[in-house]
Amino acid sequence: MIFTEEMLQSMKKVEAAREANITYEPARMTAEEKEALLAEYHPDYKDAGFATIKTGPNKGEKAPVELVEVLEGHSRVLDLCVDLNKIDYDVDVLVIGGGGAGSSAAIEAHEAGANVMIATKLRIGDANTMMAEGGIQAADKPNDSPAQHYIDVMGGGHYVNRPELVRKLVMDGPSAIKWLNELGVEFDKDENGTMITTHGGGTSRKRMHAAADYSGAEIMRTLRDEVLNRKIPVLDFTAAIELILDDEGKAAGAVLQNMETGEVLVARAKCVVLATGGAGRMHYQGFPTSNHHGATADGLVLGYRAGAKLLYQDTLQYHPTGVAFPQQIFGALVTEKVRSMGAKLVNSEGEVYVHPLETRDVNAAAVIRECSTRGKGVSTPTGGKAVWLDTPMIDMIHGKGTLEKRLPAMLRMYLKFGIDMRETPILIYPTLHYQNGGLEIGANGMTCVENLYVAGEAVGGIHGRNRLMGNSLLDIIVFGRHAGQQAGAKCKETTVGKLSLDHVTKYDNELKKANAESNVPSPKLFPDYTRKL
Amino acid sequence: MEKMVNVFLYGKKYEVPAGLTIMEAMEYAGYKLVRGVGCRNGFCGACATVYRIKGDRELKACLACSTTVEDNMYVATLPFFPLIKEGYDIEKVRPDEQIMMQLYPEIYACVGCNACTKSCSQGLSVMQYIAHAQRGEYEKCAELSFDCVMCGICSSRCPAGISHPQVAMLARRLNGKYLSPESLHLTERCKEIEDGLCTEAIEALMQKPIAELKELYNNRDIEK
Repeated sequence: MIFTEEMLQSMKKVEAAREANITYEPARMTAEEKEALLAEYHPDYKDAGFATIKTGPNKGEKAPVELVEVLEGHSRVLDLCVDLNKIDYDVDVLVIGGGGAGSSAAIEAHEAGANVMIATKLRIGDANTMMAEGGIQAADKPNDSPAQHYIDVMGGGHYVNRPELVRKLVMDGPSAIKWLNELGVEFDKDENGTMITTHGGGTSRKRMHAAADYSGAEIMRTLRDEVLNRKIPVLDFTAAIELILDDEGKAAGAVLQNMETGEVLVARAKCVVLATGGAGRMHYQGFPTSNHHGATADGLVLGYRAGAKLLYQDTLQYHPTGVAFPQQIFGALVTEKVRSMGAKLVNSEGEVYVHPLETRDVNAAAVIRECSTRGKGVSTPTGGKAVWLDTPMIDMIHGKGTLEKRLPAMLRMYLKFGIDMRETPILIYPTLHYQNGGLEIGANGMTCVENLYVAGEAVGGIHGRNRLMGNSLLDIIVFGRHAGQQAGAKCKETTVGKLSLDHVTKYDNELKKANAESNVPSPKLFPDYTRKL
Repeated sequence: MEKMVNVFLYGKKYEVPAGLTIMEAMEYAGYKLVRGVGCRNGFCGACATVYRIKGDRELKACLACSTTVEDNMYVATLPFFPLIKEGYDIEKVRPDEQIMMQLYPEIYACVGCNACTKSCSQGLSVMQYIAHAQRGEYEKCAELSFDCVMCGICSSRCPAGISHPQVAMLARRLNGKYLSPESLHLTERCKEIEDGLCTEAIEALMQKPIAELKELYNNRDIEK
């Protein structure tokens, strides 16, 4: 048996209370209770995790220590001889990033008639999109509306979301689902074609569309297939290490580097779409992450050096239910859909201590509270604490076989390590999941740098200070498509001037003036998990 | 003292802590991974791996990110496998038998060895879904192949040269687009938005001061 004695003892209490816990409906917290909980327990409120940005458009604002380190790091092009007269790729639209946002942007730019190319650090599809499990929101049911969705998004984001971006998100939601469905994405439907939808944390309507718990994978592999069908060139294992501007300050391409051979390449483009995704592999505040191997905030660094502004760079999402045990999958995501389907969060004493569908920031803070001051966490072999997610409830509520049918990926993930989540509850703890903030864009998808578009997790402002489940898959499609359409049109009226990397030297000089010089190579590109002797 | 095991990465011996995944064992040994790593959690299929345990005749296949090392494990990763991916226009193809015949004729050369199914890192009935594809039963092919992460191990073991993940990808798109019933509520809502019927309500909300928005949020009714 892989469980420790302490786990088994606590598990008995969870089992004993299960039947009563299923019917027990915990009260939702008031706005004041939530605020107090967040202030005391959420990692975003821990001053030690943040530093002040010393230079650039957001000078004086705070950001995670690890992000500041790369924002003020040493540009990789400074040590290279980059010949901007030798153009390796000359395109209308350069998309940086091969996840859901980048692929959507590329498809739409291609549809608009642009000559488009994708450059990506890993392969197309090795992205957080692929790992999104639970679903995608859109207000398309009769009892729902974009306005209702708008209220949920704003409330969940603590009312600081950019209204024009939220409007786009919710108004274009249904057409995004339709677009995906018409590309062949297999959404869960009943025999009449009605989408099977559930709640997510903080939603007021059941508007979570899913494809079992492979929702993101199903979307991503379909988008990838479409990119390949359209013969859009994809440069894989090729990172963008700096943006190129032209002599008028417009975005005009990027310096690329082959991740395997080190070869440096120059891509000239009339418009650039940054779709570089998130930052989980920065391991802010030492948290494990649910993110893919390349989630290192590269786009934020590149955009910032080129003059784009950051927005809400100081707010991260810690998904309340990351795997706490077994250690092999420590930090991996346990989809919120598990809670959407009725599994409750239970502490070491077998008590339901929170409503399972509070927003993610609230639920993450509540897990941390159980495991710290309240002392009701279960010890894990790696020295941490955890609470239970009582998964056997799902089949008890919906009938035997439901968990296997609706959550096959979760079941498989645990079975590989000898845990059958249909029979035993699982141990969870918050994991670094999402970058709420990012680069600021206007309603046209462009940053303040002309012809530099951003889409996906690299954008800040759509979700305010906390994103709801299912709004990220939605945003990568809505804003990915939008950026592609906009760039696809804008490139037709754009002439690229003389290419330049002067902004990089200028930024480096500012760092020197601010005594913020560092030797840390930046962007980070990949984490280094090799053993340090 | 941490329990250690011997693993042979590409034939070279390393001593690593028991309990690591194969991917973590490689990193522990000193590999800074670029290829053969992606999502690190069993969804992207980047880390296809084959291995044998010393003394065991069977060649096993897995994903390096979600498989624990064993003592005397001989490991080789398969970070790329040349699958055949045929292009097509999703708007022009139809879910009939012809399309498979045209794009992936090699599926009819299946010899029934079942090596694909035996090697699947997801435990899928690969040979069976190929049989459905042969008969133009795309809904069934889609259902059986749904959990595929396209790691390509099956194809590496196939004597007929079938690119199973790509066959299944086509079947799923045909099923999603043409065979599954239309969602009328979705079509209707899209039309309502297009006709401007939802605009006024959104614009009214955008004008509201935050205090009023808070009021609306805190007192909104939540569907049971």
